[in-house]
Amino acid sequence: MPPSAPRPPAGARTGARAGNSRLRRAVRENLVAYLFLAAGVLCFALFSWYPIVRGVLLGFQQVTFAEPARWVGLDNFRRLFEDPLFLTAWQNTGHFTLLALVFGFAAPFATAVVLNELRHGRPYLRMTVYLPVMLPPIVTMLLWRWFYDPGPGLFNSALEVFHLPAQQWLESENLAMVSLVLVSTWANMGTTTLIYLAALGGIPGELYEAAELDGASIRQRLWHVTIPQMRFILMITLLLQVIGTMQVFVEPFVLTGGGPDDATVTVLLLLYRYAFVYNDFGLASAMSTLLFVVLGLFSVVYLRLTRSKG
Amino acid sequence: MAAETPVRTLIAPAEMTRRTGRFLYRFVLVATLTGFTIAFVFPLYWMTTGAVKSSSELADPNPTLFPESWHPESYTEAWTNVGLGQFFLNTLVLALGAWLTQILVDVSAAYALSKLRPLLGNVVLGMMLATLMLPVSALLVPTYLTVVDVPLLHVNLINTPFAIWLPAAANAFNIFILKRFFDQIPAELLDSARIDGAGTLRVLVSVVLPLSRPVLAVVSIFAVVGVWKDFLWPMLVLPDEAKQPITVALNRLSEFMPANQLLAGMVMASIPLLVLFLIFQRHIIAGLTAGSLKG
Repeated sequence: MPPSAPRPPAGARTGARAGNSRLRRAVRENLVAYLFLAAGVLCFALFSWYPIVRGVLLGFQQVTFAEPARWVGLDNFRRLFEDPLFLTAWQNTGHFTLLALVFGFAAPFATAVVLNELRHGRPYLRMTVYLPVMLPPIVTMLLWRWFYDPGPGLFNSALEVFHLPAQQWLESENLAMVSLVLVSTWANMGTTTLIYLAALGGIPGELYEAAELDGASIRQRLWHVTIPQMRFILMITLLLQVIGTMQVFVEPFVLTGGGPDDATVTVLLLLYRYAFVYNDFGLASAMSTLLFVVLGLFSVVYLRLTRSKG
Repeated sequence: MAAETPVRTLIAPAEMTRRTGRFLYRFVLVATLTGFTIAFVFPLYWMTTGAVKSSSELADPNPTLFPESWHPESYTEAWTNVGLGQFFLNTLVLALGAWLTQILVDVSAAYALSKLRPLLGNVVLGMMLATLMLPVSALLVPTYLTVVDVPLLHVNLINTPFAIWLPAAANAFNIFILKRFFDQIPAELLDSARIDGAGTLRVLVSVVLPLSRPVLAVVSIFAVVGVWKDFLWPMLVLPDEAKQPITVALNRLSEFMPANQLLAGMVMASIPLLVLFLIFQRHIIAGLTAGSLKG
């Protein structure tokens, strides 16, 4: 919609004078509008738009606090690829993302479908599944670090009750990543579950009735009615989840510090080390540029693929 | 808990009332209720009661479901001796300040974009919304360097609360849902207020804002929750330990604190958000679905 044209004043002004005052009024209204917008634009300019541009430039610069930034071309990228941890970090992140999809995609969907069928206790269940989302992530991590503790940890005690062998949850190279994914899923599934639950509530009941008349079993109804009806929301959450989990940080930072033997060094953990442990902001920026490119490419390809299918 | 009004879902009412259906339903209901309680409520119980156990009881590899001896003093010790009280108050200041900045900046921006409609307003909105597409971590380093030396002004915001408040105000999601809500307010209402002699600011304060309580609640809750939960950013921009919020302090102190005091601190860091959630559940869930795209 175009900006609403100011109404001519009720008086009997005509000709050039009216045009002049209309212009003046439009200028004044724009000034007032931009006055209201100014703080927002300033915040965005300083902390969002300018950093976007600068982030890309930094990848090609050598930055130290001591001297002004110096252009180094593709040097940062070359150094990235020479770092043996670089490939490890991407592999670990891919591993985490895949595992998080397996748990984090199935669990909230199944939960939402079940909750949607229940006639009792739904408010309670909806509340409890969201409780972990409200905990500060650091509290969640410290809590689970205690659960995973090989000594007085709850998990190994629980295994002992069932006469199962104790596990090295965070200390074993094979299990550490799975342990991180478990925490992450526990902490975040509430959000997705509630979004799915809202979407499930919007599916028209007639569709199920019609499918039932056609003799579709519950499983067939789930497959041919529920999932197609949820297609859009499932697609979006999958995309957002991949983008989110590719940036995993707090879990490895607090629980494993990247260990054991670099098995949980993720892209963002390595980026953090480059920037804030070694103060190599250029190298870190090259890394975030790469991450941005990878995620952007993924989004484009994903949206293309899903659109062409539909 | 009352049963909700039945809406036709995946499983037909007839299938539910059959004998096997009823049995299965009860089984699933009980399994879900116990499963959810164990998975999501029990950890909170474990954390809260762990804090009042004695150190030796906590270190015992055979955990006790109920504390053998009660030591509620670990809460007061954590609050005063370890200084978590100070960190808690720091978080409070950061969260309330971020809330105030976001309300002031984002409400007036959304009002301008929705009702005052300046030239190029849609371009500005588009540029704001475009930032939502960007992964947060891509901006971590350049935003940090910006905070260290703000362009044009050349001030260093490190160790000041502005390093948290100002970047938080650049929140496209807030502006988007506020603008979408303001768009629904009929123009006639604003016009009639104008005819009564109200200025632009007056219209915002006495017409638009009172009508926008639900969306203001959503924005407020998300503002407070967002800052309260944050960890990486405050750890970077508030290196001065005395100024850190409780999340950063807990992680830093976790290696040195006695286990029961650490747990007490974790409970303290969680309580405000849990209370907020219990009070504003409806608003939070409404905000969640407002945030998700609808097809």
